[in-house]
Amino acid sequence: MTPAVVAPILLPALLAAMMLLFARQNLAVQRVMSLAGTSGLIVLAIYLSGLGEPQAYHLGNWPAPFGIVLVADRLSALMLLLVAGLAAVVALHVVATGLDRQGASFHPLFQFQLMGLNGAFLTGDAFTLFVFFEVLLIASYGLAVHGGGAERLRAGVRYVATNLVGSALFLIGLGVIYGVTGTLNLADLAVKVASLPPSDHALIRVAAVMLLVVFALKAALVPLHFWLPGTYANTSPAVAALFAVMTKVGAYALLRFGTLIFPPGTAATQSLWPDILLPAALITLIVGSLGILGSQSLGRLTAFAAIASMGTLLIALSGFTPQATTAGLYYLIHSTLAIAALFLIADLIDARGGDEQPGGATLPQSGLLACVFFAVAIAVAGMPPLSGFLGKLLILQARWDQATLVWPAILITSLVAVIGLARTGSLLFWKTPGEAASSPNPLTFAAPVLLLAALLAMTVFAGPLTDALARTADALHDPATYIAAQQVQP
Amino acid sequence: MEALVATAIGLLTASGVYLALRPRSFEVILGMSLMSYAVNLFLFATGRLAPGLPPIISSTATGYTDPLPQALVLTAIVISFGMTAVLVMLAVGAYLQSGSDAVDPEDRQE
Repeated sequence: MTPAVVAPILLPALLAAMMLLFARQNLAVQRVMSLAGTSGLIVLAIYLSGLGEPQAYHLGNWPAPFGIVLVADRLSALMLLLVAGLAAVVALHVVATGLDRQGASFHPLFQFQLMGLNGAFLTGDAFTLFVFFEVLLIASYGLAVHGGGAERLRAGVRYVATNLVGSALFLIGLGVIYGVTGTLNLADLAVKVASLPPSDHALIRVAAVMLLVVFALKAALVPLHFWLPGTYANTSPAVAALFAVMTKVGAYALLRFGTLIFPPGTAATQSLWPDILLPAALITLIVGSLGILGSQSLGRLTAFAAIASMGTLLIALSGFTPQATTAGLYYLIHSTLAIAALFLIADLIDARGGDEQPGGATLPQSGLLACVFFAVAIAVAGMPPLSGFLGKLLILQARWDQATLVWPAILITSLVAVIGLARTGSLLFWKTPGEAASSPNPLTFAAPVLLLAALLAMTVFAGPLTDALARTADALHDPATYIAAQQVQP
Repeated sequence: MEALVATAIGLLTASGVYLALRPRSFEVILGMSLMSYAVNLFLFATGRLAPGLPPIISSTATGYTDPLPQALVLTAIVISFGMTAVLVMLAVGAYLQSGSDAVDPEDRQE
């Protein structure tokens, strides 16, 4: 029993409740609480990362599989750290640009979103995973329409409706799994699915495909990607930067279920998931890259870059080998930070009124803006010297088994992405010098530059980082300690 | 009874999917509600249909029904109710701001 495991869920929940009860009208207090809360989450995530072995916390001290278990293993701690770090930067950006002035309750919603994300990464129970999915979604609905406007609300309706269908499918999948195995605890499921009688194999395969569809919807895999560009391009870019981590919840769930419950060696499902995931990921990558080329605004371009990055990520994760998972995890961290940075720059350009019109006068602070955009574009496209290049290299190396498909797809789409980003960059920054309008606060550059620094650190310390990720991947593909940590009663 | 419950779930799902694919948000919301009813019934049935049996231990009981799906259904009902409320609020907001109930405004030019 490690009580610290439950803290990343409790801290944002309590903060959000306190903001709503005691600081409803006081934006300054909310900002301080939000920044302090995200910093606290970073400290907690670093502490949990240092534990090494999986740690379990039985809620209400009910023994598994009857009660709900929270488990912090290496992967959970890594995702917590990624969420906390990104949330701190986004909170900083929101405070610096004053987005939270545009409507009520930005910071409480932000904290509830973090609670849902942390819960989804920590839970050791499939039904609680559903509940935390709903918590993070209901907070994201509020954040997505923050600031209002007819088009944003309409995009919100489509986003909510799509996710409601996803939730219905998730529940049906869970119902089938419970009907077949009689449990929803992840560790217990891993044991029971592996020893199912052949007569139940058909049902569990149906459930596995349903869960695959749900997680692919969250991860925005083609053909379930259609909700993402509209939602991300219509919401405020700073919120979209936080949403960069939401598609990774789908990737996390795919990785967790795919290594723990439906690993390729299981008699019931065999290689069902990898067989579907690899073609879907390849098409996602191609569709996302074509979208980058065809986008008219930076927000939409970034949304399609997010789809393309999910394609690349799932090409790696669909390998289900320790080496491929290591490469995937490295690219997961990189793509989250890079896409978030690109969204924040889109926000800066929006604030300077520059996105829509080609031609015209230069933007205020154009030089600095162009430098930051250039660096982040290099990272997003996966060009050397930044971490995107290393991530793609690791993936190419790890998927040598499918080289005829994977290599051309990744290399050609990288070229397409470079062309798309270069075109957008030249349209935005290559203008005749004119009188610059009043310059906004240079502090607003802090958040994207911080993300860029994180990408740079990922590149410089790539060696130690991949070593740590390799240990994470090894633990995932040998889940005995994860299962043992939950102390499931027979 | 199995056939009756299965038919009811199937009909509710089919109607829900049909309505959810309609072009106006009011019909989409109705479809979502029907789908969530179907899902709740389905979840309830995963504990096997055992009429007249108690879910809680008692000295006079001759058998038990599985209490866990009932707890799951309760959670699912609360969540789907809350989600439907959020969707209704968003749809009303979008309708009031743009004066149209269409899910995709580009489809409106008849």
